[in-house]
Amino acid sequence: MSEIIKVGMADLKTCKAPDGVTTLGLGSCVGVAIRDPITKIGGLAHVMLPDSTAIRQNNNIYKFADTGITELVRLMEQLGAKRNRMVAKIAGGAQMFAFQNKTELVRVGDRNVEASKKKLKELNIPILSEDTGDSYGRTVIFYPETGDFVIRAVGRDERTI
Amino acid sequence: MSDITLESMSEQYYDVLKEIGNIGAGNATTALAQLLQCKVDMKVPQVKLLEFDELGELMGGEEQIMAGIYLCVEGDITGSIMFLLRKDAARHLVSKLMGMELSPDGEFSEIESSALKEIGNIITGAYLNSLSTLTNLVIYPSVPDLTIDMAGAILSVPAIEFGTLGDKILLIQTQFTDDYDLDGFFVLVPDLESYAKILGALGLTI
Repeated sequence: MSEIIKVGMADLKTCKAPDGVTTLGLGSCVGVAIRDPITKIGGLAHVMLPDSTAIRQNNNIYKFADTGITELVRLMEQLGAKRNRMVAKIAGGAQMFAFQNKTELVRVGDRNVEASKKKLKELNIPILSEDTGDSYGRTVIFYPETGDFVIRAVGRDERTI
Repeated sequence: MSDITLESMSEQYYDVLKEIGNIGAGNATTALAQLLQCKVDMKVPQVKLLEFDELGELMGGEEQIMAGIYLCVEGDITGSIMFLLRKDAARHLVSKLMGMELSPDGEFSEIESSALKEIGNIITGAYLNSLSTLTNLVIYPSVPDLTIDMAGAILSVPAIEFGTLGDKILLIQTQFTDDYDLDGFFVLVPDLESYAKILGALGLTI
């Protein structure tokens, strides 16, 4: 029996096929899904903020794009996944309210997406597809077996990227 | 002062916030009753410091569809305030305010959204008023903005703001009842300097 493992906000989880990983109601946060297609080991990080070095309260390394993705890759490698085979898909980073006009938090969704891409590039992990931006929340489910990244949103058709 | 974390706040501070929440919600209830021209009861509000993970659960799951009304706050303190309620409760309030049945497709029309923003404006305004009166601080709310989406997605906005302070979020839960139980949630996010100002204005130190 396969299992779908839930990832909370500012959290990350790894799994091995046929299990999957999911995170519910991504808003401005970004879901970063990574898998190794040979070992079928996968993982999902729910990234909340772009940069751990920008703020003082940074002891939760899962919360940030830079430290969270690094940690996810490390945990996957521990399970036997190989870095040079890893591929990623990302979703989320919406702007939930039209005006979020507070200086350092402007377009935090976009900045989360950019920071996630930057980190993945640094780690040489290619991004196969993405569903980011816009102004609605997303629930995502990732299956390392096939690499399918299923995205659900309110009032929209479910799709797989 | 800039090293304040929510975890380090004293019990006394929560009591103060609870009391402000209580008075604010009381004012909001009165405002709501006047607006709807009916009796509205209120339960004692609960002030909770929650882990991000616990948030969705409290509201009936991260995928629970909620209406979120969000305003920025300026003046002596800066930050933002959000009022959330479930979509069915929001529809109930709007239909009551407008004295008519709502569009049958379950979505909000433009005028219904506008009415809902106004309800949010009045409720958050009543809350901010009591904060302002108690602390003698000048607080200006911005024009409200409304989003209807999954609870998790809406809450990611204040959670990210709290995320720069720590790993918890401060939530005030208020239950209003007319002939229908309406669970309303306030999330107040003052920035760091504002915490100190609110406490200082009330003669408290951390």
